Amino acid sequence: MRMCASAEPHKEPAVLDPLITPFSEFEFMRRALVGVIAIALGGGPIGVFLMLRRMSLTGDAMAHAILPGAAVGYLLAGLSLPAMTVGGLAAGVIVAMAAGLVSRYTSLKEDASLAAFYLLSLALGVTIVSLRGSNVDLLHVLFGTVLALDDGTLLLLASISTLTVLALAVLYRPLVLECVDPIFLRSVSRSGTPTHLIFLGLVVLNLVGGFHALGTLLAVGMMMLPAAAARFWSSDITMMMVVSMLIGIASGIAGLLLSFHAELPAGPAIILSAGAVYVASLLMGREGGVLWRLWPGKHLEA
Amino acid sequence: MSAPATAIRFNEVTLGYGRRPAVHHLNGAISAGSLTAVVGPNGAGKSTLLKGIVGTLKPLDGRIRLDGPSSEIAYLPQAAEIDRSFPLSVYDLVAMGLWSRSGLFGGISAKDRAKIEEALEAVGLIGFERRPISTLSGGQMQRALFARLLLQDAPVILLDEPFTAIDAKTTADLLDLVRRWHDESRTVVAVLHDLDMVRRVFPETLLIAREPVAWGDTLEVLSADNLLKARRMVEAHDPHAHVCQRGAA
Repeated sequence: MRMCASAEPHKEPAVLDPLITPFSEFEFMRRALVGVIAIALGGGPIGVFLMLRRMSLTGDAMAHAILPGAAVGYLLAGLSLPAMTVGGLAAGVIVAMAAGLVSRYTSLKEDASLAAFYLLSLALGVTIVSLRGSNVDLLHVLFGTVLALDDGTLLLLASISTLTVLALAVLYRPLVLECVDPIFLRSVSRSGTPTHLIFLGLVVLNLVGGFHALGTLLAVGMMMLPAAAARFWSSDITMMMVVSMLIGIASGIAGLLLSFHAELPAGPAIILSAGAVYVASLLMGREGGVLWRLWPGKHLEA
Repeated sequence: MSAPATAIRFNEVTLGYGRRPAVHHLNGAISAGSLTAVVGPNGAGKSTLLKGIVGTLKPLDGRIRLDGPSSEIAYLPQAAEIDRSFPLSVYDLVAMGLWSRSGLFGGISAKDRAKIEEALEAVGLIGFERRPISTLSGGQMQRALFARLLLQDAPVILLDEPFTAIDAKTTADLLDLVRRWHDESRTVVAVLHDLDMVRRVFPETLLIAREPVAWGDTLEVLSADNLLKARRMVEAHDPHAHVCQRGAA
């Protein structure tokens, strides 16, 4: 590594050894590292917006909606990246858009309409699978293959996180405004509805990316856990997004190392690491953490 | 009336939810530069009327004509509709008022910063810039929203119960801003409940109880007779209501 390149090249301090060798020795670990960093960079800020828009469970519901789409792709073309991506995207986008439009133009709220659509798509997916009559191994779809990411998948993950960060930069103002004061946004601009739909599209895109590595059931974890943890460290939305990205990356690294040394499955280890950060933040976070509430210190003068 | 230019004209306007009218057959005009209070019992259609003017609610019938694009209306809805828990600073909330000029991407120039500073000063919120909006009291929040209205710099300003649950000092300060807008010959329409304030500050009043009861000079409109008439409004839905035939001939 670079820091000791001058005096003693290739000699790591012994303490850091277990942290670095897994990545320097094994290519699949390096690929996994790149993959989780890409997922964290896109999923972090998306998760923050989901949380602030009170749509945390929407993300969860949408992840379920992707499953049958990806399963159909799997049944038609086997373990093919394009088929499963397209299938998942199609199912996710259809459910997200339909739910978004229904909540906008009828009196049904988004959570209810989303629940309706994702149940429908889930049932449809299961029906299609059983029609084929084969006992398909869906473990890949359910829990992902973070330790077996090929070039195509890495490229997809990197593209998704790049697109996400760029799109969020463009949509930042209307997104924030739509959360805080949707009526004001509607009174000054027509960008509310398209912003909302593009945002839902980004959510689906990130979930589909996440599911290649972590599976449909755990992909939401890399969005919501870092975001929820970040809420306890900052009351500023920009900082919150940065913190959420960093927590995502740290959990990714910690999870990969944990799985390497303790021989645990990598996907769950990553989400467990993120969960540990969340619980620690919940307890110790400077912004409303439990410990600060229990022992706030003596009150100030003004 | 000496026929000044109209800012907003109502032509047989019916606004409502589903097919139920909340504002029924409103005719008339708000002249440019006027200061109008909208008064009436709860459920009389006052907020609905403002939503109709802003354009977030389409009329069931009739037409609302604006002299100028609707984007030049600054609208303050009832405060309860803002998500106060959102991690946003007072400065950023106020800066939203520049939307019509900065839009999606536009930067905020030094001149804009000076304007934001000025608006914060006008509402007495200097020193609150970096405070998250979740820490503001009801009155401070309303001050911040008035600062945002100032920045919108719109010729037409609509206020929906701007002084509800606001203390006397804050109300007085914010009323000064309303007077200032009137002096700058902007058109101001405010939904209010405090009739004494209306008599004191607002030259014109629309008294509405779903149907318009009276409209014009405040002191004439707010007569005991008219107020009694407004109070008799029936609030309950009539399950057997017929299709309205007025204006069909």
